[in-house]
Amino acid sequence: MITLQNINKTYDMGQASLHVLKGIDLHIAQGEYVSIMGASGSGKSTLLNILGILDNYDTGDYYLNNKLIKDLSEKQSALYRNEMIGFVFQSFNLINFKNALENVALPLYYKNVSRKKRNIIAMEYLDQMGLKDWAYHLPNEMSGGQKQRVAIARAIISKPQILLADEPTGALDSVTTEEMMKVLADLNANGLTTIIVTHEKAVADETKCIIHIKDGLIGSIERK
Amino acid sequence: MFSINTIQEIFDGLKHNKLRTVLTGLSVSWGIFILIVLLGAGNGLKNGVTSNFSDRATNTVQMWTGTTSMTYKGLKSGRSLDFGNKQLSDVDTHLNETSNQTGVITKNLTITNKSEFGSYDVKGVDPSYSHIFNLKFEPNEGRFIDLLDNKESNKVIVIDKKIEEVLFKGTTSLGKYVKVGDLMFRIIGINSKKARFDNGTAFIPFTTAQYIFNPNMKFNNIAMSVNGLTTKKMNDDFSDKLKKTMGNSLSFDQNDPQALYVQNSQRDFLQTMMIFDGITIFVAVIGIFTLIAGIVGVSNIMLVTVKERTREIGIRKAIGAPPASILRSIIIESIIITTIFGYIGMMGGIALTELVNYIMVQTAAGNPNGPTVFKNPTVELSYVLISTGILIVAGVVAGYMPARRAVRIKPIEAMREE
Repeated sequence: MITLQNINKTYDMGQASLHVLKGIDLHIAQGEYVSIMGASGSGKSTLLNILGILDNYDTGDYYLNNKLIKDLSEKQSALYRNEMIGFVFQSFNLINFKNALENVALPLYYKNVSRKKRNIIAMEYLDQMGLKDWAYHLPNEMSGGQKQRVAIARAIISKPQILLADEPTGALDSVTTEEMMKVLADLNANGLTTIIVTHEKAVADETKCIIHIKDGLIGSIERK
Repeated sequence: MFSINTIQEIFDGLKHNKLRTVLTGLSVSWGIFILIVLLGAGNGLKNGVTSNFSDRATNTVQMWTGTTSMTYKGLKSGRSLDFGNKQLSDVDTHLNETSNQTGVITKNLTITNKSEFGSYDVKGVDPSYSHIFNLKFEPNEGRFIDLLDNKESNKVIVIDKKIEEVLFKGTTSLGKYVKVGDLMFRIIGINSKKARFDNGTAFIPFTTAQYIFNPNMKFNNIAMSVNGLTTKKMNDDFSDKLKKTMGNSLSFDQNDPQALYVQNSQRDFLQTMMIFDGITIFVAVIGIFTLIAGIVGVSNIMLVTVKERTREIGIRKAIGAPPASILRSIIIESIIITTIFGYIGMMGGIALTELVNYIMVQTAAGNPNGPTVFKNPTVELSYVLISTGILIVAGVVAGYMPARRAVRIKPIEAMREE
């Protein structure tokens, strides 16, 4: 599913440059449930952004679904993101003037699904997240847990092959965190390859494979 | 490109961001509104001054015969010259710049109404005199001499308002008879154009004057209006040409300084034209600067709008929106806003200028030709449409630049933006 070969990434910070990823080799198979852990600045978020085609890398090769993801045009990477990847962010990143239903339906807009049809589909996904009654509420009228579930519904509505979650529980309390992990585990149980970046041990322990990143290199891989 | 899906999404966005939409729109409306109002004010000033100075807006040339001081083709000097009908037709045929010409016979005579009398210049002139000197007749105050009067040598007279005031003491004189010299003339019109220096002039048909004063059909003054002489040089050239034509016609040396006197109102005329040009430039400058102010205002609000949406753009990109699609949405959106609100502002501006014009026409109804520095403050529709178009284009361009930048930012960075 995912193959990384000797991925290097350097950030240019004016005069100094920051070598964040120093040759990552990684293979993640279809249906795996993986967490990436590391201290802040270790490069784990950068790795996730490269996996999500939100950022590019300098050298190495990244294969997603046997496709080489390298030097893509903006248009091409947008298309791949839309078709293959679902994102969940720490800060939810919902569009705050759109209600829950419209937020969930948005990826389908870029697939040219008609409004009527995409709202019906979005409602199904919201229902699956237990938020049917909140469909017409704006994000700022919802709790953190609800917002994150809206974000998950939005991430999976376009039936992606992988789900990337960047600190999905970072802004949630412990009870909601557990709820959220259950949702993610259910999705993985249905065959969705799931990758979570986190620095919480408890969260990482729920996944089946923990990848430790240290100073831009893979330190160890713990499989259960 | 303009799929229902896209339009729906754009209107959703606009509806959800009513405040931003209205504020953006109002800045566009206001820009166009102010532009039209200021242009209207400028035009009002221009029209007002134009109407005030319109009696100076024609170029009038007069010439008088004199006595030759140089010999010419065997003719001795000291000959006294006179015009005849031949010279009038020579002016007409040889000088294309002239449009109206008339012989003028002037006598100073006593005009009497019952016990009131005064001494006035009485001029025998053709009907065209009224056009050459822009005489003015109010409604109910009669007319100038016409072709029939001239043909039949009617004993009719047109007097200045000043004369009417002296001889008739505020009562109406139209249709009444006055004694001019020893003959009775019927008053057919009262001229309200204010004479600047004299105490009033009366006009009788040219043929009548010839029969009474000049049985030999000679006269010594011709007046004409000339067109298209917009520079001093053109006027000087015309005077030379006039002297040459008359020299051929009356047989005198065209360099003879005493044979023919030419008076040209070019100084007044050119000065008036300069005033008109000055006001035209003034109005144009107002227009251009207001337009620039409008462009800056509209551009600024568009910039702010796009900047505010950076995060939204990042989110959309993260979930797979192609950059072109986002850019297209922003541009269509700014076209929709600027067009709708631009139209509103345009209508508002037109409504206000037309309203002011209406009120001015109403209040000035008693005295439509009274002195004014402000008249008809409206703007030509083509100018309105062009400037509205420019503002709309400016708004779209101004929205496009930052939008293109925002779309190029990596989604991660865009989403960090608050």
